[in-house]
This record gives sequence, structure tokens and C-alpha cells, in this order.
Amino acid sequence: MNGFILSFRSEFYKSRKTLGFWAAILLPLFICLLLFVGFYVKSEKLTGMPPITLWLQFAGAILGIMGSLLLPMFTIFIAYSVNSIEHKADTWKSLFSLPISRWAVYGAKFSYAVFLIFLTLTLFVLFTIGFGNLLSVVKPDLRFDNYHMEKELGQVYLKLFLSSLGILSIQFLLSLLWADFLKPMGIGFVCTITGVILATKNWEYCYLFPYSHPMVAIATMLHGGDNPAKGIQIDIFTKDVFVSMAIAAVVFILGYFIVLKKSIK
Amino acid sequence: MVISTQDLSFNFGDQQVVKSLSLQVPEGSIYGFLGPNGAGKTTTIKLLLNLLKVQSGSIHIFEQDIQHHRINILSQIGSLIEQPAIYQHLTGKENLLNRALLLRVPVKRVDDMLALVQLTGAGDKKAGQYSLGMKQRLGIALALLADPKLLILDEPTNGLDPNGIIEVRELLIKLVRQYNKTVFISSHLLAEVERMATHVGIINNGELLFQGSINELQALSQPQVCIEADNTVDAANLLTRNHFMVTDVTDNYLYVPYSSKQKIAEINSLLNRNGHAVYSIGKQQKDLERLFLDITQKA
Repeated sequence: MNGFILSFRSEFYKSRKTLGFWAAILLPLFICLLLFVGFYVKSEKLTGMPPITLWLQFAGAILGIMGSLLLPMFTIFIAYSVNSIEHKADTWKSLFSLPISRWAVYGAKFSYAVFLIFLTLTLFVLFTIGFGNLLSVVKPDLRFDNYHMEKELGQVYLKLFLSSLGILSIQFLLSLLWADFLKPMGIGFVCTITGVILATKNWEYCYLFPYSHPMVAIATMLHGGDNPAKGIQIDIFTKDVFVSMAIAAVVFILGYFIVLKKSIK
Repeated sequence: MVISTQDLSFNFGDQQVVKSLSLQVPEGSIYGFLGPNGAGKTTTIKLLLNLLKVQSGSIHIFEQDIQHHRINILSQIGSLIEQPAIYQHLTGKENLLNRALLLRVPVKRVDDMLALVQLTGAGDKKAGQYSLGMKQRLGIALALLADPKLLILDEPTNGLDPNGIIEVRELLIKLVRQYNKTVFISSHLLAEVERMATHVGIINNGELLFQGSINELQALSQPQVCIEADNTVDAANLLTRNHFMVTDVTDNYLYVPYSSKQKIAEINSLLNRNGHAVYSIGKQQKDLERLFLDITQKA
């Protein structure tokens, strides 16, 4: 366990000056800021809207692209960046000749990638809430402050986070095995497009394909047969989310045995 | 023995890269692991560090089997394999701090190591901007950080200028003499290690061709008599007619295998009597470089 914690801290230490780490912070900031500016400039068109609609418009603008493009591509990028740091520096050999178990080194690296995705999605929640409330301060006509959806937003993003784990585990393994950028990126991109097509066509088995999961997660988030009086209810644990988590667990363990067998070139 | 391998073999696919290698590295030695490029040196080192899995044979380091005591053994080894593994986007000091974090080494040791390899001034510079020599020195600092008992260095003087090579050599000698470390150092140049090595192993095509102390290696080389004369070709003919074996003739020198002092005197007087001017004559040890080439080319 000690080796795991040390390795995890080292992952942070190494990556804190890289684009991979800062992208995890700047991406949500930039997108939420952009949306804030958009709502601010176009505020006349939005005045008079009920607060719940405002929130749905504001959060929905991000969630719309999140499932289809943003989350899968960002996950692919993070999986690449965490591994490329070692490929570039040719440090796999020194990493695996440290007196730390291979489990700890591999597990800490994977966990750090999971952590970065979690961090980004958490920041999306915080910035969405923060900028929404800021809008009601700078444009009092927009009554964002009259409705609260912190809990629902948190649930939606938790669902998205869980739905990205399948993609992450696959991309993590691909990026670990291949040093170059194009192979994992290319495969990831093609799979994402395929996943989006399958999900938009409502293919009945697309819940089994990890690259469809973020999109399916968005489609299945609203609890069916809701009583409108109860407000929005989020269904986190749908079958696509379970499949995503199961794939993550299986590929993670499989990846360890591949690392174990793999000769360190 | 600090390192001891028995019948160690390793294949990459069909190609056998290491062939039943039995290394014996005594404690407190500087063991020069020599061989031409592609002889199997790096593969052997990766096996010693458990980066490659042992396929057949066994490896014992500090009398423990590497397969079963990996972490315990690795905690006593500092290594540098091929070009140093350095994060280019971090400074030299940050590279050491990162390793210190992983090995739970006090931060103060980082400054000591920078001073030891003379990188204190460049410690806050990005490692990507380092020259090859500086990177190599940083690599050595990384290997020494945890104060390991055994240092395994794969061609550590690659890319260093003559001054750098001398500094590394002196550093390694100091580590062995003053701190009782053991150093296992690979190289394709005998000249580079012969001045510091106490023991030598010579490998070619994956096979160990020689192993022993540096004196044993020297003993292998037959001494010869080197004669500087005015007309070396005529002198050589004269000696041959008088039943001396001449092994080599150049413009200024000729060489005869050494057997005794009396024979040198005989050669000298024979040449003098026949009107050859002898400018110098004496016993000479065949240099190790040539011996090394002989050993590796014979195979």
C-alpha cells in the first residue's frame, strides 16, 4: 500500500507541469466561462424564463456535447498523457527497477488517470453551479438563484464519470503498450465515432460497447415515469454504467498481467 | 558473491541472446562487463534487474534469488541502463526529488548528489536542456541516490568527454574503496574500464568467453620482445634464419615472443654482430585492447 501511495504522489509530482494535468483543470473552466459569456451577452433573450429552464439550458449545453464527444475524447487524451510521460522519458525501465511492486506502479498510474477524469468532472459541476449563480448576480434578470439543482448535477456527472471508466481502461492499456500518439488516438477516435453512431441509432446492444457509454448515460439519466411534482430524478446505476465498471475492472486486471509478461524494452 | 548467475539463458523469439552465462561478481569489486555492441550485455543487465524474466538458469544477488526476493534485492541496487531515463520537462533537481519521494530518501541527499556529480549550478535547469554528459551525470546521481550497495551501470560513460570519463572513473573507484560498494559496469571499450576494473567478464554473441581478475586477463597475454632497429625487414630475416620466431614487423619495430632475459641478450648480440643498429630492445606486455579483440574475434 505504501508503494501505491508513493507512486501516486510521484504521478502528481511528475505531471503537475504537463498539459495533461492542466487540461483537467482548464477544460471545464474554459467551457463554463465560454457559456457564461454567451448567456451574459444574450441575456435579453433569456429573461423571463423559469429558473429551472435556465439551469437546464445552461447545464444542458455542456452535457449535450459531453456524452457524444467531450468525455470520450478527453478520456482518451488523459489515458495517453499519463503514459506518454514515461514513453517520452524512456523511464519504464527505471520505474520497474525500483524497489516497489509492479502492482503499485501500475495501479497508481491507472488510479491517477481515474483521478484526473474525476477532477475534471467535479470541476464541471462546481463551475456550472458557480457561473450559474454568478449570472444571477451580474444579470439579476436571469433568476438562476431561484432554483437549485446541485444534487441532480452531481448525480449526472457521477453517472458520466462511471460511464467513462470502460473507455479509460481500454485506452490506458493501449497507451501503455504503444509509445506513439497515433495508434491509441486513432483507435479511440474511430471507436468513439462508432459508439456515437450506435447510440444515436438506438442499437439495442450499444450498452455493451464502452465507447457508447457516455452518450447512453446521458440518454438514460432521466428516471422514467416521473412525477413532475417531484422534480427531476436521476437514474445513476443503469445497465450501461454497470457494464462500463465491469469492463474497467476486467481490462485493468488483464492489463496488469500483460505488463507483467511484457519485456521492458 | 554479490552477483552470481548459473546457466543463465535468454531468447528473443528464436534468437538466443544470452547463452548459459555464469557470472561471479565478488563483493567490493569493480566488475567490467565487456563485449562488442550487440553481444548481450544490456539483455543480461535487464535480467539482473528483473526487467526481463529469467527463462532458464538462475540469478542470485546478495545470495538471494531475484525471482523470489525482487523488492528486497532492488532496494539495494542503483542502476543506469543505456541512456539515462530522465523527465525532460522537470529540472535536474526535480528529477532527483521525484526519485527521492519514491525511495523515501531524505531531501537533503538530493543536494548532496547534485554536488557529487557537479550539477549544483544546473540543478534548476530543465533536464531537457542538459548536454549528453550532464544527463549521464544526472543518471549516475539518480542511481546513487538511495546509497545502494551495488551499482549496475550500462555504458555510463557514453557521450562523456575525456574529462567526464575520468571523473566518473574516479568517482567509482572512490565508491568502492571508501564506501565498500560493488560496481558492475558494462562497456564495449576495454580501455575505458581497464584502469579501474578489478574483475573482468568478456561476452560475445551471448557467451562468456573470459571471466577473472584483471591480473588473470593480463597473464593471458603473452609478453613479447619489442626491437627497434634501422632495417627491420633485414633484421627479421636474420632472426628467422637463426630460429627465432618473428610475430610482427613494422617500419620501425619487430616483435619476437618473450621467453627469457638471456634470449633478449642473444637477440641483441646477434643483431649487433651482423651490423644492425639496435635503438631499443625490451620486454613488452601485449596490450589488453588487442587481447580483447583477439578474444572476441576468435569466437
